[in-house]
Amino acid sequence: MAANGAFDEIWGHGGPDHPRAEFAALSQWVADTPASELQRRQQAAETAFRQLGITFAVYGDSDAAERIIPFDIVPRIFLQSEWQRLSEGLVQRVEAINAFLEDVYGEGRIIKEGVIPPELVLLNEQFRAEVNRVRPPHGVWAHICGIDLVRTGPDEFFVLEDNARTPSGVSYMLENREAMLRLCPELFRDFRVAAVDSYPDMLLETMRSVSPGSKSDPVCVVLTPGHFNSAYYEHSFLADAMGVELVEPADLVVDDDIVWMRTIGGRVRVDVIYRRIDDDYLDPLAFRPESLLGVPGLIAAYRAGNVAILNAPGNGIADDKAIYSYMPEIVRFYSGGEAKLPNVETFRCREPQALKYVLDHLPELVVKLVDGSGGYGMLVGPTASRTQIEEFRAALIAEPQRYIAQPTLALSTVPTLVEAGLAPRHVDFRPFVLTGGNGVKVVPGGLTRVALREGSLVVNSSQGGGTKDSFVLMDDGAPSGQSQTQVQS
Amino acid sequence: MLMLSRTASALYWLGRYIERADFIARLVEATVRLDALSARPAGEAAWKSALAVSYTDDAFALTGNPLTQAHVARFLTLDPSHPGSIVRCLDMARNNARAVRTALTRDAWTAINRAWLLFQNRASTGGATATLNLVEQVKGETRGFEGAIHRMMRNEPTLLIQLGSAIERADNTARLVDVKYHLLLPKGEPVGGVVDRDQWTTILQTVSAVNAYRWVYNDGLQPRNVIDLLLNRAELPRSLAACVEETVGLLSALAKRTGLQGEADRMARARMSRLQKTSTSQIIVSGLHEYLGAFIAENAMLDGAIARQFRFT
Repeated sequence: MAANGAFDEIWGHGGPDHPRAEFAALSQWVADTPASELQRRQQAAETAFRQLGITFAVYGDSDAAERIIPFDIVPRIFLQSEWQRLSEGLVQRVEAINAFLEDVYGEGRIIKEGVIPPELVLLNEQFRAEVNRVRPPHGVWAHICGIDLVRTGPDEFFVLEDNARTPSGVSYMLENREAMLRLCPELFRDFRVAAVDSYPDMLLETMRSVSPGSKSDPVCVVLTPGHFNSAYYEHSFLADAMGVELVEPADLVVDDDIVWMRTIGGRVRVDVIYRRIDDDYLDPLAFRPESLLGVPGLIAAYRAGNVAILNAPGNGIADDKAIYSYMPEIVRFYSGGEAKLPNVETFRCREPQALKYVLDHLPELVVKLVDGSGGYGMLVGPTASRTQIEEFRAALIAEPQRYIAQPTLALSTVPTLVEAGLAPRHVDFRPFVLTGGNGVKVVPGGLTRVALREGSLVVNSSQGGGTKDSFVLMDDGAPSGQSQTQVQS
Repeated sequence: MLMLSRTASALYWLGRYIERADFIARLVEATVRLDALSARPAGEAAWKSALAVSYTDDAFALTGNPLTQAHVARFLTLDPSHPGSIVRCLDMARNNARAVRTALTRDAWTAINRAWLLFQNRASTGGATATLNLVEQVKGETRGFEGAIHRMMRNEPTLLIQLGSAIERADNTARLVDVKYHLLLPKGEPVGGVVDRDQWTTILQTVSAVNAYRWVYNDGLQPRNVIDLLLNRAELPRSLAACVEETVGLLSALAKRTGLQGEADRMARARMSRLQKTSTSQIIVSGLHEYLGAFIAENAMLDGAIARQFRFT
């Protein structure tokens, strides 16, 4: 059984023979399809991914400069009712994130009213003085958010992390669905699954809606660091699916606070940039002078209101792990209500009492760097060696403000194809939320990451995790996808 | 249509590198045959000329390896430290393709990626049969790429890839003829004299023109005819005449779509009319080597004019 009786999203607590009532059909499909057939389909998907070059690079791993992320053929499924509740929570959270950014780079009410300690914002490396008092076009900051969720029971969802800078993974959501449609068409006959393929259109709509000028046909581009970046496939995929140019920093030039791109026909003015480059490397004149990357003058053009940048520079202050622990207060402050999606209980090691508790309970806790990501710089107490624990203890005592700690959750599992057949494996979930000049939208689907090693809780692709398709079921009683037939009278 | 300068450059070079990989594959294939099938083993001389054709004889000498099939075939196909090897050409082609993925169809991209994957984690070519298998696969994938290009929209990306291929192909054919012709001509033998049949077949195989030769000349292998076919016969896709005409056509199609016309068009048109007025016997009389040397230099200048005209940098 999965880690100590964790909740399985298909099998519930009853195991393969007693699935949750709503998922009996899926459980049946899994049981009826021979494991060898599932293996065959899974390999076909991975071959296709490799030929398409859907790869990511692992930093510091020269042997595997390009790898594909393992794909698991058994989907993860949300009921419409579950999805409704999740969506409401996501919209509320993303609205709060945008309100928070607008506030901390503006009036600073949340600090003045004592909800958040001022030093946590103003002395935070993620707080960008360069964009203080700049209001982005149409007042949108976090246009594309990926909110990482974990689940511990039928109705227990928690936010593990907010990603309000440049969340990636949406191409996997789309490619995994393509693979499932090709390899398991019978599933889509049996289940009515909400489509995700409108995502590129929604994204383009979002970009156009925040264009600074009054142009009816603003020029939108995707800005990538280049094709050696680990997420390059996704950058090119999105640009292609939206039908906009994929530019590198050297393709852009700023002149008199206007952004231009160099084309074979000369310069063309750019209005909206979906950048997939970190703030640090966006503009050497504003951020890192020693950086050779970036577009000199881009931030000045942004400050002058001549270009929209998605997501806005400076957003790191909203998804910083130290700020994360205040999200329930932040949601309450701006929405006036309680957060519909709770946080995972979080100990801020900067607070002496919390630090003491953390040091006393290290073997039970997950300890994270406030500014870490990708599963690096993280201690998973229950599986860590004694040496690792002692290393973290020393680091915590030296710089407590750099760490937070959380209890180890019994993450939900989903049946997953492993060598021995089907077995429960832990999963998390990243839905994508778009905010434009015309409101907030949640894409009905997302990226399910699965820890392929038995008992493992680390789902990051750089640490051996895989992905699954995520179905959101529709139950609106609409006719199924069959051709209509004439009614004989 | 709006196109980034970087994209234009990457597409053009994508066309060049794929063509180059294909050419080296053909060259290796023909040399393996020559080495294996000749009445008297061609051995060193055959591999030496293969290196000369690809301008890599000096680079090979630096490796210190003997001139044998195993070493030269590996050097030309698999050697990652050698910029003229097939694997490096495919690397460059794939990097360019990755940089412009949005301008390529999935079919075009997967053909390049599959060709590239052939070489991953491969350390040796194996014997003659394995080498022939490998180059056959490379040719299959580059053919697949050409097929995919022909199914893409006939717009700027496609035209730029094809322009790169045409420029590269002209260069390759000119070098092939230049090197082989002089290596193969026995000492004291006048141009057009009696020569080794297998050696000449190698040249035709490298440009896949063995059957074309029979159809056009209905005659035994005559060096003069081979020159005529490879230089002046526009029916043969790899002849200089065909490449030169294709270049003019592609540039004018690009001019129509982009409005960019200039030095490159003028150079390409001048080159075409000169080539059409020069007969094979004139070329042989006034010196084949000098003629081809000038052609290669002019081709390189045309490449520079194209880069300026389409603002590659």
